[in-house]
Amino acid sequence: MRDDVILLDHGSGGLASAELISQIFLTRYGNPVLAELEDSAILDRPAGRIAFTTDGYVVDPIFFPGGDIGSLAVHGTVNDLAMRGAVPLSLSVSFIFEEGLPVRTIEQIASSIAQATARARVSISAGDTKVVPRGKADKVFITTSGLGVVPDGVELSTKRARPGDRILVSGTIGDHGATILTQRSGLTFSGGLASDTAPLHDLVRSILEGATGAVRAFRDPTRGGVATVLCEIASRSGLEIEVDEASIPIRPEVASACEILGLDPLYLANEGKCIAVVSPDMAKDVEGLMHARPEGQEAAVIGEVRDGRPGRVILRTAAGGLRVLRPLSGMPLPRIC
Amino acid sequence: MFPSPDLSGFRSRAAIDALVHELSLLVDRPMRFMEVCGTHTMAVARYGLRSLFPPRFELVSGPGCPVCVTAQSHVDAMIRLARIPGVTIATFGDMVRVPGSSGSLAHAMAEGARVEIVYSPTDALHLAREVSPDPVVFLAVGFETTAPAVAATILEAERTGVENLLVHPAHKLMPPALDCIMSGGAAVNGLLCPGHVSAVIGAKAYAPLAEGQGLPCVIGGFEPADILLALTLLARQVREGRSEVENAYPRAVSWEGNKRAREVMEAVFRPEDTEWRGLGVISGSGLTLREGFRDRDARTRFGVHPVPVADPPGCVCGEVLKGVKTPTDCPLFASRCTPQSPVGPCMVSGEGACAAHYLTDGPCHA
Ligand code: SF4
Repeated sequence: MRDDVILLDHGSGGLASAELISQIFLTRYGNPVLAELEDSAILDRPAGRIAFTTDGYVVDPIFFPGGDIGSLAVHGTVNDLAMRGAVPLSLSVSFIFEEGLPVRTIEQIASSIAQATARARVSISAGDTKVVPRGKADKVFITTSGLGVVPDGVELSTKRARPGDRILVSGTIGDHGATILTQRSGLTFSGGLASDTAPLHDLVRSILEGATGAVRAFRDPTRGGVATVLCEIASRSGLEIEVDEASIPIRPEVASACEILGLDPLYLANEGKCIAVVSPDMAKDVEGLMHARPEGQEAAVIGEVRDGRPGRVILRTAAGGLRVLRPLSGMPLPRIC
Repeated sequence: MFPSPDLSGFRSRAAIDALVHELSLLVDRPMRFMEVCGTHTMAVARYGLRSLFPPRFELVSGPGCPVCVTAQSHVDAMIRLARIPGVTIATFGDMVRVPGSSGSLAHAMAEGARVEIVYSPTDALHLAREVSPDPVVFLAVGFETTAPAVAATILEAERTGVENLLVHPAHKLMPPALDCIMSGGAAVNGLLCPGHVSAVIGAKAYAPLAEGQGLPCVIGGFEPADILLALTLLARQVREGRSEVENAYPRAVSWEGNKRAREVMEAVFRPEDTEWRGLGVISGSGLTLREGFRDRDARTRFGVHPVPVADPPGCVCGEVLKGVKTPTDCPLFASRCTPQSPVGPCMVSGEGACAAHYLTDGPCHA
């Protein structure tokens, strides 16, 4: 690239745009479909039903311990596909850059996207770049859409939860949210904290293949955290859920950061964890399958679905008390005294 | 990594179970206590302690949430300040969504006001020094816990010549408010006294209430076992007909308190009469800047003074803060007033009695 910062011209659709695309993106994650640079990508039709999803990424800071906005944009969309049991096929990646962003930063993000897609074995078949004047966006925003294929026989939906089902979480909670919030607060105790951003489709596939029919639903507890996802499962299934706080895995660093910032880890975002609703007789098997994979080593059974007040989630606290969990509302704000 | 004290003993199930059992043995008559610290309110909710209390035992919230006790007139003045072109407001996050007479700071932000959420007064100093050449107004809400840090920040601004850091003083002092509530005939049998505030003002600050007004006072920490221990001590005082100051949080609180913190606070602030939500004007219960720091008072700099105004219609926050009513006594609770669209401040802050009640005790979907 001739320029070392992004200019409005790079989003004009003219020669500068072409240079940006060919030198930064095609070199890193180009493939025959993308390299055609036509108005839309033509993909072969796979067998099975199609899953389709889209998500925007505006994380601040754009680089954080454990990942960056690029890897997050890949993993987030791959995971949305995986939660319905889909095998991810292909993504589109669309950027909005703020004028003046160093080209070096874009190269880092593009490399990170390339690594994340290689790790997740998905291709990028469409993309776009726009540049807005300085101050009209904050550094970079990314939108990724994803296509996946749902194998025959896979029917995952939170509506399918039944009384007696167990609730599993695939690992420690709150890592991503705690990392971002401590970074943003400018507090200097972030040592040991890292985002958990990771693709989950291999974990999902090993469970769907290793314990056929065991899982009623997967959900990834991103924004709103585990508590909000549990409330959604309870309300969509018309059942009650009780979870046991003492059994929920959490890293000590995350717990400490939450104490200092006055946050509840149950409401913090996760970017590489899933919640599974599993039939009771298969819960141990699914837990074992999770433990067998690196991204599920700290998986645990944390609760149970039951008849009761529809939509209610009850937490048995570590102190032995009971409290209701509500969906996240308002911003997760720090305490002030 | 920052040091993290080992508090596991204060969370151990064995300790908690034993204290819950002891409490159930002690409560032989109706007992009603008040916690006067937002952090206690949150901890009780967060650990689900209410579900562990014996029958005939009640813990109500008092004026312990700094956002909640901020009078409507002050909230309005803060929003008016935010709307002045060129002014940047630096505030703790909880203030942003508190409804004023028309709109909130969040609304003012959406209309273009500059409002920065900060985690400490030093962040506000940083904004004034490094980011904004224009006035940065820190909304100084909070009790004796926050005031020394704000005072130290102002001294630092003086020392380093940062002239564009201003404050809207809205600090509150806990003892005058407690005295005011209790002198009207206490609706409670004792006080669970705030751990953080007491670390500054010292356990001795409650002696007049205990001795003068016959009100048992126990200072408690914030772990489940701390809180339960303090509550058993309160119940024991009631049973034995005693009213004393007891310190169940000696690892942080002394009889004398933190003299150094009080000196810093007193170097910068002096008491003034101030309005509390629901309690009205209480003499000497607020803090204003001393003469030498007057040009940092955003109220005088911009001529924005609190104008008395009625609380939001239907909202009984004031009665809740006095411990006379509980959140569920409010007709708007969980119907018109929820954390998504709060009517009063008690539903905004996680330390507010209504929000704590809504978020942890009520039905999952109202
Ligand atoms: S429920 Fe809402 S309106 Fe009622 S007292 Fe609480 S904050 Fe005020």
